Amino acid sequence: MSEEPIAAEMPAELPAPIAERQAIDVDIACAGFGPAMGGFLTKLTQAWTENPADPAFESKVTPGMPLQVLCYERADDIAAGVSGVVTKAREIRASFPHMQPSDIPMAAPVTQERVLYLLDPDGASRRSIPLRIADFMLRMAGGLAGVRDYAFELPWTPKFLHKHGGMVMSIGQFNQWVGTQLMTSGLVQIWPGTPVAAPLFNGNAVTGVRLADQGVDKEGAPVEGYMPGMDVRAHLTVVGDGPVGAVGQAIDQRIGMPPEHARREWALGMKMVIELPPDPTNPEGLDWKSLVKDGVLADLGSEADSLQPGTVWHTFGYPEPEIFGFLYVHPDRLVSVGIFVPSWMGDPGRTAYRYLQHYIQHPALWPYLKDGTLRSWGAKSLDESGRRGEPFLTGDGYARIGEGSGSTNTLTGSGVDEAWATGTQLGESVIELLRAGKPFSHQNLAATYEKRRRSSKVEQGVREAENARNGFHRGVIRGMFGMALAGLSKGYFAVGAKIHPLYQQIRRPAAFSVEGIRRKQAAARGIEEGRPLHDALLSARGFPEIEFDGRLLVSHQDAMLMGGKVQAAPGFADHVVFTDLRLCAACDLRTCISMCSGQAITQGEDGLPTFEREKCIHCGGCLWNCTQSTDGEHGNIKFVAGAGGLHSAEN
Amino acid sequence: MGNVLHIVVCAGIVPDPLQTLEPVNGPAGPGLKNEMMLPAVLDPWAASALYEAAHLTAKNAGSKVWLVSLGPKAKLQQVMMTVAQKVSFELVPIDGPIGGFTDAHATAAVLAEAIAAIPGLDRDKLLLFGGWESATRGAGVTLQLIGERLGIIDQFQGVDQIALHEDGSFEVLERVEGGKHQLSVCAGAPAVLGWATGNLGEPRNNPQIGMANMRLMMPALQKAKPATLASNGLHYISTSLPKQQRTTRVVKDMSTDEIARELIAWMGAE
Repeated sequence: MSEEPIAAEMPAELPAPIAERQAIDVDIACAGFGPAMGGFLTKLTQAWTENPADPAFESKVTPGMPLQVLCYERADDIAAGVSGVVTKAREIRASFPHMQPSDIPMAAPVTQERVLYLLDPDGASRRSIPLRIADFMLRMAGGLAGVRDYAFELPWTPKFLHKHGGMVMSIGQFNQWVGTQLMTSGLVQIWPGTPVAAPLFNGNAVTGVRLADQGVDKEGAPVEGYMPGMDVRAHLTVVGDGPVGAVGQAIDQRIGMPPEHARREWALGMKMVIELPPDPTNPEGLDWKSLVKDGVLADLGSEADSLQPGTVWHTFGYPEPEIFGFLYVHPDRLVSVGIFVPSWMGDPGRTAYRYLQHYIQHPALWPYLKDGTLRSWGAKSLDESGRRGEPFLTGDGYARIGEGSGSTNTLTGSGVDEAWATGTQLGESVIELLRAGKPFSHQNLAATYEKRRRSSKVEQGVREAENARNGFHRGVIRGMFGMALAGLSKGYFAVGAKIHPLYQQIRRPAAFSVEGIRRKQAAARGIEEGRPLHDALLSARGFPEIEFDGRLLVSHQDAMLMGGKVQAAPGFADHVVFTDLRLCAACDLRTCISMCSGQAITQGEDGLPTFEREKCIHCGGCLWNCTQSTDGEHGNIKFVAGAGGLHSAEN
Repeated sequence: MGNVLHIVVCAGIVPDPLQTLEPVNGPAGPGLKNEMMLPAVLDPWAASALYEAAHLTAKNAGSKVWLVSLGPKAKLQQVMMTVAQKVSFELVPIDGPIGGFTDAHATAAVLAEAIAAIPGLDRDKLLLFGGWESATRGAGVTLQLIGERLGIIDQFQGVDQIALHEDGSFEVLERVEGGKHQLSVCAGAPAVLGWATGNLGEPRNNPQIGMANMRLMMPALQKAKPATLASNGLHYISTSLPKQQRTTRVVKDMSTDEIARELIAWMGAE
């Protein structure tokens, strides 16, 4: 059997290797370590630990030894994942029945949930006329309508949005906690700092993975110290490298997507972990354990005087109507606060970092956050396509789990527990096939893993959510209405919409429109002041300048330094590639620059976008923020395998 | 060269030095806030020693490197998944507390005991490596104390280079005042070398090396013996962070000459 790497990942004219490419044989190769992979490996190790003598767990590649299970993760540390989340954690708890939130750093049970509509205190956000009318009425009604600090708390929220009984946690800390237990079992090896470049194919069967080459220049050409990436040949390849992962993308490219399926809805989640200033009335912070009586957590009600651990706020309406926000309170006076900038926000000058700075200064949040200290910062692309972005889940020799497999429930806005569930479903299926002595063929994986998944709550959830966000492509009000409609009818009714390819979703302002003229003025001002276009645009719209305080309100580059550390090991090729620079030259919108989370993409002196790997935090935003396309579906930017990314201190 | 070396590298794990660190006082004494939550790395000074050790053994057939490390077993395991991909070595893990506020004598006692118990280690071939300094809050004397406990009298600190001779002797370049080096010649092993930065870069991750290391590393980690460090009456009066080095200031329209002048003035004031 011969293995061939996918051609798209290899330089067009690769010189003859100056070092021999090494290869190893394993039983199961895993790409990416996140909640889904954690679920898969946990299920596998738990079954093995119960009965290590079970012959099903004997390795086929090294007889007499346990299964050889190797997991490769791009980031330099499995705790480097960036996300503060609230999750119902039902499936996670099912895997760890005795788990307590206190076992995991930064985790706390949900104690309070609020949904706030944020009014615009600056008069700068892009609001439609109906929304302005609604805002005006709310302002007039003021306290009588429950408006406080420019925020209107929804008096009632549908059940599908509730996370009561769940947990607030940090994905980075959770991954670390899970990873520690997995490696202690002795069955699994998780290798950080090891990006997987591509799957190995034999026809359409996946026969393992190829690790990224080292000792190469920016374009991937061998230089001194060239070390070809190792081929890891496996009976089963588990693909859990997320929505922008190289292995998942390569399989999609090779095999295609199911009919009518495409990843056309994304969001960039950007957040900060902030240490709150000491509360003089409660300097140690509330111990949530004191609220548990007879095993039941007392309800704190909709409001509390200070932010208590387990507090969950979800917001919408500010800094732009399309931008959703969140605030989750962890133990020890730590708060995760952030925003989601969605792909259906068609503004070509959309951005994230500056919006986040305005968001935390909203009058409803700032009294709590003021005088806080930035402890961590990060960003991540979220695949919001849900089931419509679901790829082929199985094939010969491979199975896909987690967010990249379309498991995120876009109605309830939850993905961690769902991802974990897909991992455990695959784990159960693999154990079943091992015990039956059956190969990991497409047929067998479909009959076990796919069957389990189709009959699970994950599938039920993504089906109900499938059309829930359609309305947002026709405006925020229709979007909110559509979500409510789909949620209350369990997906039976929804607002219809045609979802265009991503590059078409970005609006092109006419040259002589108000917006076009404003862009030109802002561009001139930006050049004069030496600042990026999007930054100048927001100022031109009336957003106040950010007054840096050096602790929480800091420049974008300072946030990268204070909030973590960008890892960019030398010797790897650039992982962001502009496919056709002629298209870049013809583009005057440059959304890739404004949405770049790390300011790693900037405009070069020749007017073309340039990429600096040393500043890239691997959010993947460039993949879906390109206004040009070479094939009518995908953008002109490729996001391929790369090492490193952002190490957030607390995430 | 025909020297067979047995190099033992003492290396602790530390929070990634670029993370936000904050000292706190707990019931067991001072520590770092959320230290177990922070990404950890091999102490950068000791990492230099490890890379130099690997370089020496690669040039001297039959030589071997052991890495002795004291820290929480789970945290050690995570760090080793990266370090093990860089160079070949055998891990001697000791399951102990995290943090550098422990008494150096107690730490040295535990490490010396673990080194003395390494099977097959030949004292006549022993070079004891470690960091000259540490990114922990250690007193910077642990390596010397280990050497004393093992009865090794030839000790060198601030080492940047070692050159072996055919007869087993070696030349050592040690950092001294004024940015200069002192050249010493040592008759041969055993000796203690506390490394400065050395001259080698960080090796690339090589999964093949990682796999080879891991065959012995995983069982060793599972069998790691727990160690309790005696406090020896050590008491910290206060703890504080080093002076903040970064400040943010936004200045527009400043000429390069003005920037240069300010930088020079700032450096002069430091």
